[in-house]
Amino acid sequence: MAKRINAALIGSGNIGTDLMMKALRSAEINPVWMVGIDPASDGLARARAHGLKTTTAGVDGLLPHLAADDIRIAFDATSAYVHHENALKMLEAGVVMIDLTPAAIGPFCVPPVNLAEHAGRREMNVNMVTCGGQATIPMVAAVSRVQAVDYAEIVATVASRSAGPGTRKNIDEFTRTTAHGIESVGGARRGKAIIILNPAEPPLIMRDTVHCLTATTPNQQAITDSVKKMIAEVQRYVPGYTLKNGPVFDGNRVSIYLEVEGLGDYLPKYAGNLDIMTAAALRTAEMLAPEIAADAYGQTTPQSGARS
Amino acid sequence: MSARAIVLHDMCLRDGMHPKRHQITLEQMQSIARGLDEAGVPLIEVTHGDGLGGASVNYGFPLHTDEEYLRAVIGTVKRAKISALLLPGIGTVEHLRLAKDLGVATIRVATHCTEADVSEQHISLARKLGLDTVGFLMMAHMLEPAKLVEQALLMESYGANCIYCTDSAGYMLPDDVKARISMLRERLQPGTEIGFHGHHNLAMGIANSLAAVECGAVRIDGSAAGLGAGAGNTPLEVFNAVCHRMGIDTGVDVMRLADVAEELVTPIMDEPIRIDRDSLVLGYAGVYSSFLLFAKRAAAKYGVGSADILIEMGRMKTVGGQEDMIEDVAINMARNKQ
Repeated sequence: MAKRINAALIGSGNIGTDLMMKALRSAEINPVWMVGIDPASDGLARARAHGLKTTTAGVDGLLPHLAADDIRIAFDATSAYVHHENALKMLEAGVVMIDLTPAAIGPFCVPPVNLAEHAGRREMNVNMVTCGGQATIPMVAAVSRVQAVDYAEIVATVASRSAGPGTRKNIDEFTRTTAHGIESVGGARRGKAIIILNPAEPPLIMRDTVHCLTATTPNQQAITDSVKKMIAEVQRYVPGYTLKNGPVFDGNRVSIYLEVEGLGDYLPKYAGNLDIMTAAALRTAEMLAPEIAADAYGQTTPQSGARS
Repeated sequence: MSARAIVLHDMCLRDGMHPKRHQITLEQMQSIARGLDEAGVPLIEVTHGDGLGGASVNYGFPLHTDEEYLRAVIGTVKRAKISALLLPGIGTVEHLRLAKDLGVATIRVATHCTEADVSEQHISLARKLGLDTVGFLMMAHMLEPAKLVEQALLMESYGANCIYCTDSAGYMLPDDVKARISMLRERLQPGTEIGFHGHHNLAMGIANSLAAVECGAVRIDGSAAGLGAGAGNTPLEVFNAVCHRMGIDTGVDVMRLADVAEELVTPIMDEPIRIDRDSLVLGYAGVYSSFLLFAKRAAAKYGVGSADILIEMGRMKTVGGQEDMIEDVAINMARNKQ
């Protein structure tokens, strides 16, 4: 087995901590650092308990250690605003960034749809769209790979407890970024995203509905087969990704009803929205790991030459 | 009750879009808005039923865009101001800016009653743009008064100058309204106005609105001829007449508003707005009123009972906007029947 590459987790909140739990099981990624800003953070305490080094000084607390600890990849689970600063600092240090914020500086990655396209491109920043995007774009792509989709719309309903302050402060960023992903990765001509927070107790498991309007009469059998294949693809890294109903065909409307149950690594299983983000980010990092390790693309600085 | 003045806010060109499946024509909007304006109604809401940006498969595509509707109505009224609804998660600040540019005076930012913190960016921008800015706490029956006040205080802190207690399900009884409005009045700043938005599913629209006024609400939503989701909103022409009898000053002419309801709004109804069995279930089980027509359609398509769908939606504790779950529930019910 190839040597695991060393990684830093930036952000010690729900997403960062859940990601750490998953990364600890990874054969390709070795989580070494967790970066936070709150000394009382539960995530940082857990990180220390698992033997990770921690800092409460934000990314600046990590920078002096990057070389000595051979950090080659970093996951950013802070906020879009903070990510802009973090991304610059990490780029200067030659560390590849997997961005879980909606900043969307780098190209979108939705693993079952376009992970392979990111191979060999030496991208220094890859963006994971949004939780709703990770849950629904595979379905849009499953329809659009069969026939043209004029319009795709997704409704993501998440438990209130699983929506953190970052999401709440800038909910427009969710709808905007997800809609872009539906178009650029999902392949719909036009995309729209809706997010609903539901405070029910016990909390509801994430639900996602995907409506596609096909340009011509939908090929029901081909779309149904394609959707089922894509469900199986997603289940490889999110076992609780389930087709509850559909695809329903009604004229040119194709509707797909999904439920996303998480693994329950850090947060409870209902927070499938967080789980699918962290699982997709780790899967992306694992795919990039061998080329990062082999070719040392983290060791050339951006100033030394243009990247392909 | 001492003599006092309140603002009547008409909903038939926004909430009324639900029973019209968002198909009201520009001409209908203009003629109704002109009638309301001439009757003296000071504030008229216009948008897709689910607010700015509501055009969707999930909620229905409207006959015209928000921009077309707003432009048409704003160009028609002389005295009345126009408001627009915005649900964060559906509409965005871009929609808000568009509404402002078109001449909308009042923005109402609506969230589920427990989720006020998703409204921060929209409320603060609306206030910064100098708009009359309202925080609209939906499905308020689901939250006890003290907790509702906490959410209202958040919206007030973002810049809302008016907070609504919104009975989206038409579930509340007058005592429920009094408990919430009283505590809001007690805890919000004196300069912050309080409003009430009712649905008539248990025929409580008038009684609840009066209870709200008694406890300090100064803005009351209603709809000419009741045109709105479920069994409709508080019938505005009836509430206006009651206010006149009670010495509550609305500034709205009783007969002129009755004429609008009778001659302009009632004729455009696809179905009579009344408390049918499904609407009764909405009010009784505390379910979002806009689900009504979706449940009727899914019931017909899948051969299950529409009231049963609504009861299940209530049992699942669904909130406003979860229209997508109606077909999902209907499919499950049809499967379980086999």
